[in-house]
Amino acid sequence: MSTVVAQKPKGSLQGARLPKWFPYALAGGSVALGIGISLAAGLDSNIQWGLIAAILFVVGTYVIATRVEGKRQAKDRIATSLVWVAFLLAVVPLVSLVWTTVARGVKVLDGYFLSHSMGVVADSEPGGGIYHAIIGSLEQVGLATAMGAPIGVLTAIYLVEYGRGKLAKAVTFFVDVMTGIPSIVAGLFILSIMLQFEMQPFGFAGSLALAILMMPVVVRSTEEMLKLVPNELREASLALGIPKWRTILKVVLPTAIGGITTGIMLAVARIAGETAPVLLLVFGNPFINNNPFEGAQASLPLYIYQQYSGGTDASYDRAWAASLTLIAFVMILNLGARGIARWKAPKTGR
Amino acid sequence: MDITTKNADTPPPAPQPTQVEQKRAARGATRPGDRIFLGLSRGSGILLLAIMAAIAIFLTYRATLAISKDDGNFLTTFEWNTNVTPPKFGIAVLAFGTIVSSIVAMVIAVPVAVAIALFLTHYAPRKLSGPIAYVIDLLAAVPSIVYGLWGALILVPNMNGLFGWLNDYLGWTGVFSWEEGAPRSMLTVGILLAIMILPVITNVSREVFRQTPRMNEEAALALGATRWEVIRMSVLPFGRSGVISASMLGLGRALGETMAVATVLSPSFLIETSLLDPGGGTFAQNIAAKFGEANEFGRDALIASGLVLFVITLVVNGAARAIIARRAEYSGANA
Repeated sequence: MSTVVAQKPKGSLQGARLPKWFPYALAGGSVALGIGISLAAGLDSNIQWGLIAAILFVVGTYVIATRVEGKRQAKDRIATSLVWVAFLLAVVPLVSLVWTTVARGVKVLDGYFLSHSMGVVADSEPGGGIYHAIIGSLEQVGLATAMGAPIGVLTAIYLVEYGRGKLAKAVTFFVDVMTGIPSIVAGLFILSIMLQFEMQPFGFAGSLALAILMMPVVVRSTEEMLKLVPNELREASLALGIPKWRTILKVVLPTAIGGITTGIMLAVARIAGETAPVLLLVFGNPFINNNPFEGAQASLPLYIYQQYSGGTDASYDRAWAASLTLIAFVMILNLGARGIARWKAPKTGR
Repeated sequence: MDITTKNADTPPPAPQPTQVEQKRAARGATRPGDRIFLGLSRGSGILLLAIMAAIAIFLTYRATLAISKDDGNFLTTFEWNTNVTPPKFGIAVLAFGTIVSSIVAMVIAVPVAVAIALFLTHYAPRKLSGPIAYVIDLLAAVPSIVYGLWGALILVPNMNGLFGWLNDYLGWTGVFSWEEGAPRSMLTVGILLAIMILPVITNVSREVFRQTPRMNEEAALALGATRWEVIRMSVLPFGRSGVISASMLGLGRALGETMAVATVLSPSFLIETSLLDPGGGTFAQNIAAKFGEANEFGRDALIASGLVLFVITLVVNGAARAIIARRAEYSGANA
């Protein structure tokens, strides 16, 4: 406190302050100086001038603020600038990721790409498409959802509406444990069963692994939503003599349906991008295979990996275009889920 | 009641409910619909438990098949040769690589994620913070294979400058020396993993910071604290356990990440002391890379390494849950 009091100008209750434009001016100056130093020293990497500018900005802020405003204010300013710098540093790769995917993805992404398979195209040639991968992804994810979503929702109903005692505690604990299973371990589990019974890779095996990954996510989100349903609604229904199962089906679930749908859609978005279990269990197939219960299938994430491994410009182009398709699919699911969540927000007491 | 029955004297006394009926009434679930529904939902819960048990049993069983024939020591061997007789394989390099890449990722991601969370809750203009939080939320959903593709084709070529600089100024430490290989090393993997788990840690931390009791912050402000002092004295202590558990969740993701590591790393079965020289491997990456050429025995060996990964992630997640549970007990947020 004493330093601030000592620097206080006469007649004012406030300490000396730097003008409002100061951080912006310093930031501009640091960037210019950073680029200047990099050019002078012959450094060619974008990362380097960015780092130099960031360091100049943070150090400059501290020195100048200490002289004008005192130590406590200087610390405050340095925290502010560090937070801003961290934010900007983190935004760069994330923006770059989205930007590159879109910019490179649109190169070969067209109707032909979406409606043809890789059946007669070598990895090194241009052409071909992702039709077979889309079919595979839709079937595998669809089957996984058909298994994972009902089991997840029913488990959540059990935990919220019925669950007392040891069984419920055990289920809660193991749902938590299951949330943390790496996707490749879920894949290895199904693989160990397939090895045991000497089965060849097929689409449904991938669905089983994806369903295992999906269940705990659905249980968690559904549980949260069911807990939000006010107890008065349940009591009112039970007081009218309605059986518990009809109360759950006709009163509790409709009240929370928006949130439950959101949770399921987010879970679907999560498993749609999983590569590792599909790599182990579905194996990939350049031809169209509409039957998920027999023979190797393709899938979008796996297609991206295989095209990346192809290692030619043509296959990289296809990998980016498939990435764009996959991201678009996941984002549409996400945005849709959030839209539903907002539109059908759980009706609480008032 | 008594008077009317006495006076009318015609109606016989109501039949007493039998013991079985009494029990049923007490339990509540007498209607067939109720019993079916309860059975279905309880059955789903039991099915989940059965799946977890099956995972543990099947992985352990197949893993013992492989480990019993291992000619080397499963924990300390520096090789992975499953197609030769006698097979020789061990997880030493994989364990080292998994831990090192995750530590690098955590060292980078946690401070940056906490800073971004603070930025969103305390620094950014109101109008900006909402949309930015939304976008970061969406970025958490980007599939890992896309991060892998971006990392291999965009991040790796851009690392050359940084690697050269680190080698010039910090090469003497041994940890940052570089022999001019392609920068497909543990450091690049760590940076990519950090970028991947950043949205996850940021989201959870932001939620925790937002729950800081307003009164605490205002009290600090009223005492003349600067914004940083408010954060240091009221926001960070309140959010500490939340940030720790968020980091553990991120760590769990980094440990099990497969595709991003498989695309970026150029693996070898050597432990590199330098973070910059390509080499090493992780559990998940090794499974994805070796799976294609593995015969049935080789697959069992990979399952054995997956079992170790499974146990490690269980421990990490268990620790995170324990911290969250403790916070719920001692938190003053609800007071």
